[in-house]
Parts: sequence; C-alpha cells; structure tokens
Amino acid sequence: MAPSHIVSAYDEELKYLSRRISEMGGTAEQMVADSVRALVTTDAVLAQKVISEDIILDNAERQINEKAIVTIAKRQPMAADLREIMGAIRIAAELERVGDLGKNTAKRVIAVQSSGMPRTLARGLEHLAELALMQLKEVLDVYATRSVDKAKAIRERDDEIDAIYTSLFRELLTYMMEDPRNITPCTHLLFCAKNIERIGDHATNIAETIYYMATGSQPEGERPKDDTSTSVVAADLSEASE
Amino acid sequence: MNIMSEAAVEKALDGKMNDISYKMIGRDVSVYYGEKRALYDVNLDVRENTVTALIGPSGCGKSTFLRTLNRMNDTIDGCRVTGRITLDGDDIYDPAIDVVELRARVGMVFQKPNPFPKSIYENVAYGPRIHGLAKAKADMDAIVEQSLQKAGLWNEVKDRLQESGTGLSGGQQQRLCIARAVAVSPEVILMDEPCSALDPIATAKVEELIHELRANFTIVIVTHSMQQAARVSQRTAMFHLGNLVEENDTDKMFTNPDDQRTQDYIMGRFG
Repeated sequence: MAPSHIVSAYDEELKYLSRRISEMGGTAEQMVADSVRALVTTDAVLAQKVISEDIILDNAERQINEKAIVTIAKRQPMAADLREIMGAIRIAAELERVGDLGKNTAKRVIAVQSSGMPRTLARGLEHLAELALMQLKEVLDVYATRSVDKAKAIRERDDEIDAIYTSLFRELLTYMMEDPRNITPCTHLLFCAKNIERIGDHATNIAETIYYMATGSQPEGERPKDDTSTSVVAADLSEASE
Repeated sequence: MNIMSEAAVEKALDGKMNDISYKMIGRDVSVYYGEKRALYDVNLDVRENTVTALIGPSGCGKSTFLRTLNRMNDTIDGCRVTGRITLDGDDIYDPAIDVVELRARVGMVFQKPNPFPKSIYENVAYGPRIHGLAKAKADMDAIVEQSLQKAGLWNEVKDRLQESGTGLSGGQQQRLCIARAVAVSPEVILMDEPCSALDPIATAKVEELIHELRANFTIVIVTHSMQQAARVSQRTAMFHLGNLVEENDTDKMFTNPDDQRTQDYIMGRFG
C-alpha cells in the first residue's frame, strides 16, 4: 500500500473515484445478469427495469470524468496517481459500454418473445452470459485488489467466451436454415450473443487497464482470440449436417 | 519572442541525438560543510545538449551538487569537495584550473534575478568585456544583441538598452540574467530555481527559452516544481538526504519511476 498523500483531500478524491468505479461495476453486473434472465424467462418487466437503469451508469461515468478532470487540474498528478486517474476514466467508459450492451439485450426481449423462441436456444446464451459475468465480476475484484497476476489471468481467458460465441453463432445459423420462421428470433439472439461476447471484451480491456495502473506498462503480447465466427459460412454448416 | 519550434530544436540537435555524449561527469562526489556531510558519493553524468533537472526535497543536496559543477562552493568557508568532476574530460578541481575561466565555460543563473545596477547593455556587455571577447564597439554591440536575442528579450528592450536593468519586470530581469550568462558563450548553464520568483507567464517564457537554449548549451536546472522538471528536461535526477536516488529519462521518471522514494516524492506522499 502506498503511503498517504501529504494533502489528505487528494486521497479523498482518489478514493471517491475508486468507490464510484466499484459502484458502477456493481450496477453493470446486475444489469447484464438481469438482461439475460429477462431474455431467458421472457420477462418484459425485468427487461424494462434494465432499460431504465442505464441512465445510472451514464451519469456515474459523467461524474467520474468531471471529478477526474478537476483532480488533474488541481493536483497535477504524477506517476501512479496519474495512472490511477487515467485508469478510472477508461474503466468508467468500459463499464458504461457494458451497461449499454445490457440495455440493448433487454430491448430485444419483447421482439424475441413475440416471435416465439424455442427455450433450448436460450440455454446456450445463458452459459455464454455466465462466463462473461464471471469475467466481469473477477475483473472488478481485481480492481479492488490491484492484483497484477489476476489481471493477466483474466486477459488470457477471454478466448473461452469467444469459442462459445462462435459455436452459438453456428447453432443459430443452423436453426435459421432449418425454418425461416426462426430467422427473426435467431437474429435478435445473435445480437444478444454478440452483446454478451463484447462484455467479455470490455472485461478484458479493464484487466489491461488495471495491469497498466499497477505496473506502468502495457501487458505484453497479443491477447488470445478464439472468435472465428467471422469466417463461418452457411455452406460449411450444411456440409457438417450432412 | 524569437523562439525556435520543437521541430527546429530537434533538427538542430539532429545527429547529436543518437550518440549520447557526456559534457560533465561526476564520480563519487561528496561535499562537506565543516563536519556536516551534504553529499554522499554522487555519480551523475550530464549529457551534452540536454536539459538535466535536479529534483528532491529541501536539503537533499541538489543545489549543493549544482554548485560543485562550477566550483561555486569554493566561496563558502569550510566547504570541502571530494571525488572527481570533469568538463570535457578535464578535472575541474585540478589546482591548475583557472576558476574564472571555468565559470565562463559553466555559467550560472540564480533563483532571484540579480541584474547589476547598470544599464541593460552593460549588464550583458560586462562578462564579454572582462573576458576580452570583443575588440571593437561593433563587436560588443553584436554580442549584446545576439545574447538578448537568445534570451528572448531583444524585442522587448532594443529601444531602451541604456535604461537600468533593475527597472525591468522580474521575468525580464531573469531573462536579462540569462542573456548575461549566455554572453560569454558558456558551454554549460547551471540554473538554480530560475523561475521560483516569477509569475506563471514569465515562467512560461523562461521555460520556452530553456527549451531553445538546449540546441546550443548543456543545461542543468534545480527546480522545486515537479511539473517544471517534467516540462523542461529530458533527464531527471532525484536527490534525497544527500544521495542520488535515481537518474532517468524524464518521461519515465514522472510516469513510472524505478525508486519508491522518487515515486513518493513526485506524488506528494509521505515517504
């Protein structure tokens, strides 16, 4: 633990930032969990709640940015303090995006519901969401502890989510080919899956930011990628099912 | 002010940038004021055409070290310097060294602007005259003009060169002192908190000037303002309790220093 600042109000300002980030993290986590539950259980009321909560994250991000800018102007932070503040700005932006993705998933609940989606399809999404939420939860724990090793570990695990996303992509495409009536719900689910996969990416970005905040350097090497959905074509799927 | 752009300075230094050459080298430099030891075996190399900032809390030895570089400590009773300091390879504490000539090569600008109670022209002409640098009046005029140009002061004073130097504003006085230091064509300029008595605008002008002077001179600056060190220097040395704690690229020093003491000091934390 670094020693306190000579000016104690400076410590308070930094504490404010980290407290607000933790709060944003909690809200974002809840929104994502609720949006997926609303989707799986076709709960329009819960979906509406998620949609209405997005403003909380928007406001929090704005407040964090304002506080960060005033702190930079007032304290002219150096070294770890400067990284701490820049990190707060970046993480707030990531979490705000996570909230947007949760909101977007929630918005699709009614469309999916009205076009009649088979229950089994939602299962795959649930599993994807569990992994993404786990990433998000762990990265927020790492923010609290600033463990460099754990930040690295999270960054290296994003490929699991990518792999499941790719298999879900193929599955949804197969359903669409089987019956054109599936196209509407499956397209919405595809977007939902993409939303959730993106949440994993944001968690990874946050892990990289925490790594930088703690060490002053960027984590080395490419982050692992296993999202091969960009090259999936229908022809492959029909060959596979033959 | 007649100021070179960042690109012009980099261009002027092109070629010199790649291979680092050291203008002054300090080896195991210790300073004692009577019984009290103020510096402990400092090893610090000053790069040519580079601004080196010396930072650290009050009493850390940064000004003491600065003063060893042109033997200003000689004037303090009971002050003793051990170790070795070279300028272009020559030991400046060699008994054969002419201290007056050394101080012409290693000039100094102080915390408070201290112009002579003479005209602006005479303030600048004084050094070149005692060093016999100008043969005719025209030569001296040229030196005075060039020095004031380099100090970014020419346009502000060219019509009143015969007025007293003490009548200028604080910032102008400090730039006059820089012009005075520059007039004897030194190789190294030492600056001991040159902006601490100046307002932010005058400070900005002096900082811009330091940046430009780097093309022709090697500069060592002591400053209490971390932001100033970060802005004007390329290398930074951190002193603490008479020891050199860390010397590093300035960009690294202020974003991710290696030493915990540097970290605590620049962030304003309790060490």
